[in-house]
Amino acid sequence: MRQFLLFGSVILVGVLFISRLFYLQIYSSSGHNLFEDNAIRKVYDYPKRGFVYDRNGVLLVSNQPSYDVMVIPREVEPLDTLEFCSLLKIDKEQFIKTFNKARHYSPRLPSVFVSHLSKEDYAVLQEKMRKFEGFYIQKRSLRHYQRSIGANVLGDIGEVNQRTIEKQPYYKMGDLIGKQGIEASYEKTLRGVKGIKFIQKDRFNRNIGPYKDGAFDTIPEQGKDVHITIDAKLQEYGELLMQNKRGGVIAIEPSSGEILAMVAAPTYDPNILVGRERSKNFTKLFNDTIAKPLFNRSLQGVYEPGSPFKLMNALVGLQEGVLTPTDKVTCYAGYRYGNRFMKCHCYIGRRNDMISGIQESCNAYFATAYRKILDKNNNASEGIDRWSNHAKSFGLGNFLNNDLYVGQKGRIPNREYYKHVYPRTFYSTYTISNAIGQGEVATTPIQLANMVAAIGNRGYYYTPHIIKSIEGEGIPKQFTERKYTTIDKEHFEPVIEGMHQVYKRGTAQWLRIKDIDICGKTGTVENFAIIDSVKTQLTDHSIFVAFAPKENPKIAIAVFVENGYWGSRFAGKVASLMIEKHIKGYTTRKDMEDWLLRHTLENEYAKPYSGEPFKINGETAFQLVDDIEYKRLKKHLKQIESQN
Amino acid sequence: MVRETNRYFKFDWITIILFLLLVGFGWLNIVSASHTGETMNYFDFSQSYGKQLIFIFLTFGLIVILLGIDAKFYERFSSIIYIISMLSLVGLFLFGKNVNGATSWYAFGSFTIQPSEFAKAATALAVAKHISDLNTNINNLKDQIKAFVIIILPALLVLLQNDTGSTVVYGAFFFVLYREGLPKIYLYIGLFIVLISILALKFGAPIIAVVVAIISLTMYFLNKKKNPLLQSLFIILASTALCFGVKFFYESILKPHQQDRISLWLRLEKDPVKLEQMKKTFAYNLNESEKAISSGGFSGKGFMEGTRTTGKFVPEQHTDYIFSTVGEEWGFLGCTFVVVLFVLLLLRILHLAELQKSQFSRVYGYGVASIIFIHFLINIGMVMGLIPTIGIPLPMFSYGGSGLWAFTILIFIFIKLDSNRINEW
Repeated sequence: MRQFLLFGSVILVGVLFISRLFYLQIYSSSGHNLFEDNAIRKVYDYPKRGFVYDRNGVLLVSNQPSYDVMVIPREVEPLDTLEFCSLLKIDKEQFIKTFNKARHYSPRLPSVFVSHLSKEDYAVLQEKMRKFEGFYIQKRSLRHYQRSIGANVLGDIGEVNQRTIEKQPYYKMGDLIGKQGIEASYEKTLRGVKGIKFIQKDRFNRNIGPYKDGAFDTIPEQGKDVHITIDAKLQEYGELLMQNKRGGVIAIEPSSGEILAMVAAPTYDPNILVGRERSKNFTKLFNDTIAKPLFNRSLQGVYEPGSPFKLMNALVGLQEGVLTPTDKVTCYAGYRYGNRFMKCHCYIGRRNDMISGIQESCNAYFATAYRKILDKNNNASEGIDRWSNHAKSFGLGNFLNNDLYVGQKGRIPNREYYKHVYPRTFYSTYTISNAIGQGEVATTPIQLANMVAAIGNRGYYYTPHIIKSIEGEGIPKQFTERKYTTIDKEHFEPVIEGMHQVYKRGTAQWLRIKDIDICGKTGTVENFAIIDSVKTQLTDHSIFVAFAPKENPKIAIAVFVENGYWGSRFAGKVASLMIEKHIKGYTTRKDMEDWLLRHTLENEYAKPYSGEPFKINGETAFQLVDDIEYKRLKKHLKQIESQN
Repeated sequence: MVRETNRYFKFDWITIILFLLLVGFGWLNIVSASHTGETMNYFDFSQSYGKQLIFIFLTFGLIVILLGIDAKFYERFSSIIYIISMLSLVGLFLFGKNVNGATSWYAFGSFTIQPSEFAKAATALAVAKHISDLNTNINNLKDQIKAFVIIILPALLVLLQNDTGSTVVYGAFFFVLYREGLPKIYLYIGLFIVLISILALKFGAPIIAVVVAIISLTMYFLNKKKNPLLQSLFIILASTALCFGVKFFYESILKPHQQDRISLWLRLEKDPVKLEQMKKTFAYNLNESEKAISSGGFSGKGFMEGTRTTGKFVPEQHTDYIFSTVGEEWGFLGCTFVVVLFVLLLLRILHLAELQKSQFSRVYGYGVASIIFIHFLINIGMVMGLIPTIGIPLPMFSYGGSGLWAFTILIFIFIKLDSNRINEW
């Protein structure tokens, strides 16, 4: 038996060792992953992010270098914290806090320790960096906005968050990614592909040489430059006119669907979201839940369209054959249905045909038209579905599927939508508010602008988009295809003539421009807010849509000014000036410009938060901006004019 | 002429092939672990791999000499070899060169030699000679003491030279003595001491003392005839003394770095900050070597492709930590291959030893197997974190001429003895 002691021990130890090897190398080993191997230093080479130009080749966004101090917590060796902190200009508590946060994120992956060093700090630190094992400097490029315009169009870039990293492993902690606007929607085009170098380290953290002679290294792929459809001059001009107001402006070129200007007011200088102050400024913008500067009203603002929607009802009526352009409707300063009454500002007994109905924005005319559409076969349920489908063919009530980062569906109701409120009987009068663009109909400025573009084109539109060209490639096919509406071409002429009359004789006759035939439609929309759980009416929204010139339109525009009262008071002026600016390149009506710069609506916006009862609409006096602000705006206007 | 040919082929070729495989594969890993820079010349004799290549060539000469000497020489001159070897160890106190805190080397210019490596073979011969002596009876206390002295003398000398690793190796001779009839009580006492010591360190001396007391008293009351009271009381007393003795030894006699090694091994340290500190200081090697082995995965990163090996993350990787290179570059497959080679070699030597007609050859063969086994157990166990850090080389694998030659001598004397077993003595 004695000879078996050593014999058995040998076999036992052999089995024990192989089990331990199995545990170390197979069970608990994650295999060899170059990215997790701390004997290999990964050096990223970030490519140039593509530049952004406007439609005329004006540079809007370029790059500026920035330096981040990165940390890999596991590789940090005891260091002279005092010296390190003073180099980075942070205190010790902050050092400990940031370090613990990085370690909590991952001990073996790099995290940003201090971001956006100044060039001077970088120069000093770079010399001493070797002393601090586990830390290194990563060069990145930040955006540089050449002009303080188009924050909502251009968007911004910021550090990726952990959720994105988990979903898209391309991104590593500290990488920059497009967060809003064109930076987000064309992230991959602008970003390019970063290169990586694998470098063999030794245990003293020194580089020995490229790993496998660089067999796995990749070279960076440069980001591509893009041209966007925005006209920087028009954009800047629109933003100026919308100062001290809230709302959205969208201008589209009907013949291509290109967005010429996209103004969201209030806006901010895109440069404040660059660099070390980014997170502070972003929080400030984000926390402003009243003015909501980050909320892109031209894309996301869902409003009842009001009177401009009457154009839609006229078109549907003609297409359905329930109206002819010459049919007349008598207005009794309103429209009576059952025991209810819808007011109108026509005089009693005025007889409107389609053209004058549009020109005067007669509620009675369109209530009649709407009822005729819905009651065509004495079946309002079928009727409203047909009506809804026609409206939807203009891109209303759904996402436009374009290249803008945000959007809203809006709402074009159908029978299904009303099922809960009217389960059994359904009459056209139930939804009569839709006749005048109120009630359940809701649109965003971009949808309304697109609708107007389709009218200007007499029956088709191109999906409104922001991309003009990408370096070395074309634009997506979906933006070059015509989308036809369900309305036949010949039905547009009477409606367009009506819109033309709006300028000639109707609600916008004071906004005419010499030499340009504009077709437009005003809108004035009642709106309510809940104040202390009481539904309270606020001053109406001012809305205006237009296209010009009448034949072969070059611009279609939709303007929403919140609480601007009637359509031509604020929105109409903005639309008219922007049309002139776009078509002529300059503006002639200085008094109108001046009026817009001078007037502010801040008093209207303050009302719901004042805690006191307030008056609305015509009972409110105008508020003017103070002289300092006025001078600033005038100076800005001069600058814009001097660019011509 | 036929007889001449036979003389060559009666050597045990299985052992020789296993030996050569280990030496060859060991050298490949030394190349990986010690090469620097991009260009690589296998015959660059200023590098460790180049020097090892010389050592390997010289080994072949040594083998020819060892096999050429008459087998009777080894038995006849074992005492003299032992005495010369002991003198060489004593001489270190006067002429030794200090490397890494251990005075274990003679230096002749740039060439150094480590006599303690050779002393293992000399001791194996001496032990074999003593036990195979017709006058020796291992059950006799006097002869036991004589055997112990032969073993403890070199162990003590290397311990005084601060070479703890080599000291532990002499524990291997327990297997030899036990095989040759050392009373079983030694085995029981040995196992008891090891077990109680580890448990006392891990769970605290008082708890283990009480547990042992309860167990032995229970056994006494269950079977009073088989477990007399006096014996039970002795066990209780001895184990209590042992528990507190170990505690005292650990806390007061061991040096801090030795305490740390044991504390890490037995997972006594719970404080994560201190553990992290340990990983960066004395446990750095262990930590890095475990990581290197683990990163090899199933089939390894390939010869000369280990990133941690290339980056020299594991210190002493071409000597004591050579197995981590195998782990990283050859993976689970390569490691298992090496473990299996060692197990086969050991089993083969044991098998041959049992076949020997002469007791001298058998005892010597057992000595060879035991010494290689202890190296194998401690070195690979240490590199994988199963055993506290003790610095001894992996036989045939680790870089170093003295080590390689010492194991060559150890093994080939046995092969020579074995080849003689069929011959008339």
